[in-house]
Amino acid sequence: MAASPVQTARRMAVDIATGAQSAAEICRAFLERIHVEEPRIGAFNLVADERALARARAIDAERGRGPGLPLLGVPIAVKDNMCTAGVPTTASSRILRGFVPPYSATVVERLESAGAIVIGKTNMDEFAMGSSTENSAHGTTRNPRDLTRTPGGSSGGSAAAVAAGMVPVSLGSDTGGSIRQPAAFCGLVGVKPTYGRVSRYGLLAFASSLDQIGPLAHTAEDAALVLQVIAGHDPRDATSSSETVPDYLAAIDRGVAGLRIGVPRAFVGNGVDRDVQQAFDDALARWEGAGARIVDVALPHAGHAIPVYYLVATAEASSNLARYDGVRYGHRAVSRQGDGLQQMYDRTRDEGFGAEVKRRIMLGTYVLSAGYYDAYYLKAQQVRTLLRQDYEQAFDQCDVVAMPTTPTPAFKLGEKTDDPIQMYLSDVFTVGANLTGLPAISAPAGLSADSLPIGIQLTGRMFDEATLLAAARSLEVD
Amino acid sequence: MPTALTRADVARIAELARLDLTPEELDLFTRQLGDILGYVEQIRDLDTTGVAPTSHVLNRPVERPDLVVTPLSRPDALANAPDAAPEAGLFKVPRVL
Repeated sequence: MAASPVQTARRMAVDIATGAQSAAEICRAFLERIHVEEPRIGAFNLVADERALARARAIDAERGRGPGLPLLGVPIAVKDNMCTAGVPTTASSRILRGFVPPYSATVVERLESAGAIVIGKTNMDEFAMGSSTENSAHGTTRNPRDLTRTPGGSSGGSAAAVAAGMVPVSLGSDTGGSIRQPAAFCGLVGVKPTYGRVSRYGLLAFASSLDQIGPLAHTAEDAALVLQVIAGHDPRDATSSSETVPDYLAAIDRGVAGLRIGVPRAFVGNGVDRDVQQAFDDALARWEGAGARIVDVALPHAGHAIPVYYLVATAEASSNLARYDGVRYGHRAVSRQGDGLQQMYDRTRDEGFGAEVKRRIMLGTYVLSAGYYDAYYLKAQQVRTLLRQDYEQAFDQCDVVAMPTTPTPAFKLGEKTDDPIQMYLSDVFTVGANLTGLPAISAPAGLSADSLPIGIQLTGRMFDEATLLAAARSLEVD
Repeated sequence: MPTALTRADVARIAELARLDLTPEELDLFTRQLGDILGYVEQIRDLDTTGVAPTSHVLNRPVERPDLVVTPLSRPDALANAPDAAPEAGLFKVPRVL
């Protein structure tokens, strides 16, 4: 039986467990699809085809000997900033060229324990710094819906791989919108879990107080299935939460009856594309028709979230990326006559990092430096508190907050590469969830006049991913 | 409000950040970082008197038992090094003195 790229991961795992489909045949079908699609999309930094097929054959050989695992035989793509033991991991940076991690990230271990097959590592903006997957040492990824446009970023490869049918599901990471914005641009469901819901062990750190790993999928159900597997406490990540992980699949069909959806009209009204506004209003009307109640909320400080984000994230990044020094792993500049250790560090880092990464390290170094710390970094942390209070007050009146995921559909490749601030502003609706730690989802909400996907974003209370998944599910046409 | 960022300021930041920037990069970043700082200035007008800073959304202490666990083996730790002396168990770097 041939695998269809449109079948769900959940169905695949069940069929493989019962013997209705073979894991090796499914794996070969997706590898064939990658072979056909990859030259025009460029979603992968690496395809581990032999490793994947070997695992698939092992699954077929052992089938029926144990209980059906939730992701048995399901191929999955993993963003290239998550460590995979024995498989190169580069964060799409020249500075990590040739790095082969000696261990796997907790999320990778959990996926494999659940029967999933890691089929490859996906392209991204270098160290997850970007919104278009154009800041990559491995080249640009294109949007499967329109090859002249970006798939979004920084998890653009993970989104494009799913959208093009090269894998049924993937993992991305989200520091300021890097799962939700590509999900919106590629017509997928993308989840940024609550901070601490998913272990960050083995994730190459960008901004440690903001980074979270989450799934990208065609359906809310598949996103729930993957989140179920990767969520939960990990003693190797001190910031991972011991909060009980609920049964997301059990809650997925509970609908939106009685759900209070808060809409910050004053904030959303700013500079949103007309088609996006229309899709947003249509989605709200559909939820209202299904029994939800739309209420007005104010997020008075949401308009300041982008400046706060770029101060906090770059400060943390400048510290996290200090470890790339040409000593323990990755690229080292060729020694020149008379070079000492300092010259080696300085030239290794200038050669190894791309322009956006250097820009952010520079900004972060500046805002943390003596004389500017209080004016920029401390001030940003105080406004971060005000933003958290905004959401706390909103959740007195509603259960979830709705916004468009992005102000526009996917923009053209090259359109914003020369203007960092314009690129940063494409994250205006997504950074709030990272700064507050709240969970958020982007769900498909129709198409623009140019047939480009549009996403709607819901932000929920801490650890209430279940409500977000059920609301996303209720928008899907059966 | 701090004075506008100069090329010398950017050169000093690059030194702190351990980046050997080219003259072209120094010019580009002087302009771009100036623009970005100009943009983020907007938050300085907000009244944050008495507002506690959020450095982390989980403001709680995390404790665990102080147990010895098996660390990464020395060969594994050295395997990715651009230059190493595995027999001595050391990373190699250019002369320091």
